[in-house]
Amino acid sequence: MPEEYSWPSREASAVIGKVHDRLDGVVKSTGAAKYTYDVNLKNQLIAVAYGSPYAHCKIKSLDVSGAEKTPGVVHVEVLPQGKKDTEIEWEGELLAVVAAESEAAAREGVSKIKITVEELDVFADESNLTAAEVAGRTGKGGGKAETVNEPGDDDDEDEFVEKELQRLFDESKYVLEGEYGIDAITHCCLEPHGATVQWKDGKLEAYLSTQNVSGTDEGFARDLELTADDVHVQCEYIGGGFGSKFAPDYWGIAAARISKATGRPVKLMLQRDQELKLGGSRPSGYIKVRLGADENGVVQVWDSLQWGSSGFRGGGVSHSVIPYVLVPPNYRRVSTTIKSNTANARAWRAPNHPQACAMSQTALDDLAAKMGADSYDVFLANLVNATNGKAEVYRAEMEVGAKLIDWKAKWHPHGKGPSRGAIVDGLGMGLHTWGGTANTSSCLLKIYPDGGVESFCGTQDLGTGTRTVCAQVLAETLGLEVGQVKVNIGSSRYPNSGASGGSTTVGAVCESHRRAGQDAVAKVFDLAARELGVDASVLEAVGGQIRDSANHQKRISWRKACSLIGLKPLEVTSNYRRGDESPLTDSGVGGVQMAHVEVDKETGVIKIKKFVAVQDQGLVINPKTCKSQIYGAVIMGIAAALYEQRVTDPQSGKFVNAELSDYKLARLGDVGEIVVELYEPDSERIRGVIGNGEPPAISPKAAIANAVANALGVRVPTIPMTPKRVLDALAKA
Amino acid sequence: MKAFEYAAPRTEAEILQVMSAEPGATEVLAGGTDLVGLMKKMLVTPDRVVNIMDVPTLKTIDELPDGSISIGAAVTLDLILDHPYLDVYPAVKQAIRGINSMQLQCQGTLGGEICQRPRCWFYRNGLGLLGTQADQGANQYHAILGNAGPAKFVNSSRIAPALIALDAQVRVIGPGEEDEAWLPVSEFFRTPRHDGQREHVLQPQQVVTHVILPPIAGRTCATYEVRDSEGPDYPLAAASVALRFDGFGIIHEAKVVMGQVAPTPWNSQEAARLLIGHAVDSQRAEQAGLAAVRMASPLSENQYKVQLAKVAVKRAVLLAAGQDPGGF
Repeated sequence: MPEEYSWPSREASAVIGKVHDRLDGVVKSTGAAKYTYDVNLKNQLIAVAYGSPYAHCKIKSLDVSGAEKTPGVVHVEVLPQGKKDTEIEWEGELLAVVAAESEAAAREGVSKIKITVEELDVFADESNLTAAEVAGRTGKGGGKAETVNEPGDDDDEDEFVEKELQRLFDESKYVLEGEYGIDAITHCCLEPHGATVQWKDGKLEAYLSTQNVSGTDEGFARDLELTADDVHVQCEYIGGGFGSKFAPDYWGIAAARISKATGRPVKLMLQRDQELKLGGSRPSGYIKVRLGADENGVVQVWDSLQWGSSGFRGGGVSHSVIPYVLVPPNYRRVSTTIKSNTANARAWRAPNHPQACAMSQTALDDLAAKMGADSYDVFLANLVNATNGKAEVYRAEMEVGAKLIDWKAKWHPHGKGPSRGAIVDGLGMGLHTWGGTANTSSCLLKIYPDGGVESFCGTQDLGTGTRTVCAQVLAETLGLEVGQVKVNIGSSRYPNSGASGGSTTVGAVCESHRRAGQDAVAKVFDLAARELGVDASVLEAVGGQIRDSANHQKRISWRKACSLIGLKPLEVTSNYRRGDESPLTDSGVGGVQMAHVEVDKETGVIKIKKFVAVQDQGLVINPKTCKSQIYGAVIMGIAAALYEQRVTDPQSGKFVNAELSDYKLARLGDVGEIVVELYEPDSERIRGVIGNGEPPAISPKAAIANAVANALGVRVPTIPMTPKRVLDALAKA
Repeated sequence: MKAFEYAAPRTEAEILQVMSAEPGATEVLAGGTDLVGLMKKMLVTPDRVVNIMDVPTLKTIDELPDGSISIGAAVTLDLILDHPYLDVYPAVKQAIRGINSMQLQCQGTLGGEICQRPRCWFYRNGLGLLGTQADQGANQYHAILGNAGPAKFVNSSRIAPALIALDAQVRVIGPGEEDEAWLPVSEFFRTPRHDGQREHVLQPQQVVTHVILPPIAGRTCATYEVRDSEGPDYPLAAASVALRFDGFGIIHEAKVVMGQVAPTPWNSQEAARLLIGHAVDSQRAEQAGLAAVRMASPLSENQYKVQLAKVAVKRAVLLAAGQDPGGF
């Protein structure tokens, strides 16, 4: 066993830190890759679910006899929530599943289901706090107050805070008040949630679109009264999850039950509208802010009331990340939750952070506008309030970003730039933070006597390049080419690896694969040392050889060294447990993003000209896949800033744009020029690997909103900034 | 999707033979980019689908003896975009280009484009095309003109405003085997008053076979769509304009037709009147835009569309006059 796990230096690295094409790039781009949606089993039934057409009702009856009589329909299952007297609290809640010989027959069967209900009051206007209060839909969401001066023993704490904040506002050189908001959006996975399942000898095989290959077997087992060893979950490729695919979900369980009842494989993938309605959404958030700043624009006091909703259970954006990253010494934040008749939210790429960033760094930018100052300078001055210890990193990243977007040359005071016809332009920025700690992970590494190398790990590749990273880490560790390593992932039969949520995967697989690599190569060194007549401690694996690091002439080929293993392959399983101290990984990243936009003042249409993302994430294994993550996150952020919006009809509670034809997303022509810079000086690299799946998706909304405010001289308070909202804001100004 | 019969006629006569007289019993498949989705959602449930894509006479673009251009209803939009005969009608090509989707352009047809069903999300969610949902509900994309009756949706056709501005006609066959009628595109659309009416005047056994564009004859034309993305989303408002100038740069004849603002393409004679007798400058174009929306009656959430329609008209006028429209 090696004394300590470690990464090679930048100079000594042959594979890590180097650009490598995705191992699965060709199979994905040619369509050869089989996603869950592509899995079709012999003799399978297609299942389509029936969702509640009402957003709030009590079921009086659900008549599925028409569905049962539909030609081609084999089985109809009424779900527990489809039973009489159940209260349904959001439109689309699945009530029954129809399994048929074809999708068309299943859909026709669904169309024949008849429901009678007692309609109940609907509330879906999450942005309207007053209306929510009138409707009795609000609840306490918590809060916190901090002041530098502390109350005396006899002081009432609330009264003291009130007076102290007022005193601080009175002393502030600048006081800014503003209202900001960000609507609920959905995950919009291109591959809907769903599974194809079959039973064999009392055991369940599930092809599931999941971010949690190692964990969902337990989910199936629990609900089907099996043990996890009786469930095999497979997910070779997944078409998007973004935090919404951690469980089999009740429709996956329903598919398994129907499969058991019919004795046939069952495929149930959500229909597109169901994917948008059920597949996951991000909570809405709205805020009233008052802040006070000193003569340098450094915020000294913050007072905010926020509200929003995570759906019918209330919730909303956590107040714990308000104000975001740059937290002044004195603040009070209060949160109100709203129960709306919308689907319950799921984790969305960096839960809470995008909303918090958009609700508080917009206020900071408005402060700059009020001061007549350069937003860059105000952000820079407020780095003293960075609570994550990354002020200097942010400062450096801001410098990099400013150069890439040419901030100094392009900057103009808010609303004071030149116009070209109706078109004005503006700059804006935002910054963010995230953890990205490594998840638990195990890797089984097999080294064959003929030199072959194969790894097994129950992780999953969300399209982020996990496979490729695993191969790169092993290739580096064993001194091989990436193509010499076969990586096996995507099966719950493989050693356990954590769910891909929280930007934890790259750290997880780097831990398990580097450890397995180092553990295994140490054993090979022992064998090679005897052959070479040297001490194993002097050996290194480089370029397909095992050699004496001081005398390169003393060497044998990898293949020859492996032949010393014997007749059976060398097998090593190495583990990492989340939270254990490790030199290989760390947590806590930051990033700075800047946007240059153009706005047509007559139509309210916004176009992104250029977007710069500077991101730190410790040691970068593959700059290409790492940058791809950031490009994707930025595009997702642009979509959320300008287009994405769950439109819920206030009267009926219907999610009316639950189709990709109506749910607007950014297309390639909308994203402008995106420049990504990986910030990886030695001081960052030495920290080890940290996940970056989520953090780059945080700042785009704030950066773009601030750029629009800079262009117009008017704040468009609520995101997405649709033409309607831009024109409304201009009309109010 | 309901099971259906599929008919693939080879001649116009055969089309009429397989069309049913019963409303909704047959649907014409002219590309299918809209119809198939509607059928999958069970919003349209025909007993028979009649595919007109294999009828040769519906697939050609021809110059007629008088210089008019005849375009078959089954001609795909990409062919129109590439066809030199249509170069003199930039308003048509601009509208097609704005669709921003090669798939829709290559699969969608002219006949299908003008007959597509409204995008109204209440309709698409099974709540019906007419009704009260859009009065106070999520009506940000709904009509700002012609919306006094039960129809609050907007006509979705991107090309129809240009066709109307250019005085195009449609050729309609049926219901009888020998029946053939020509009518201006401006008379093809109607605002339904009850669920038994469609958004056009076709009877169940009638089919559009051709669109005929009269010779451009010295007119200039343009389409301007307010689109908030480069994707295949529908415009928020649009206008097509055709102008005829005299030798001194004065407008002699004008047609201004707005799209995406009313249950039918909206021909604004007020805007046209303001243009006739004047040269085009941005002020005059702005006034035409204002005139075009003077009678607007926005719903609870779509006041902004009044501004967008105004700007669309202004910019289409400027474009048709060969001037910089001054925006994206």
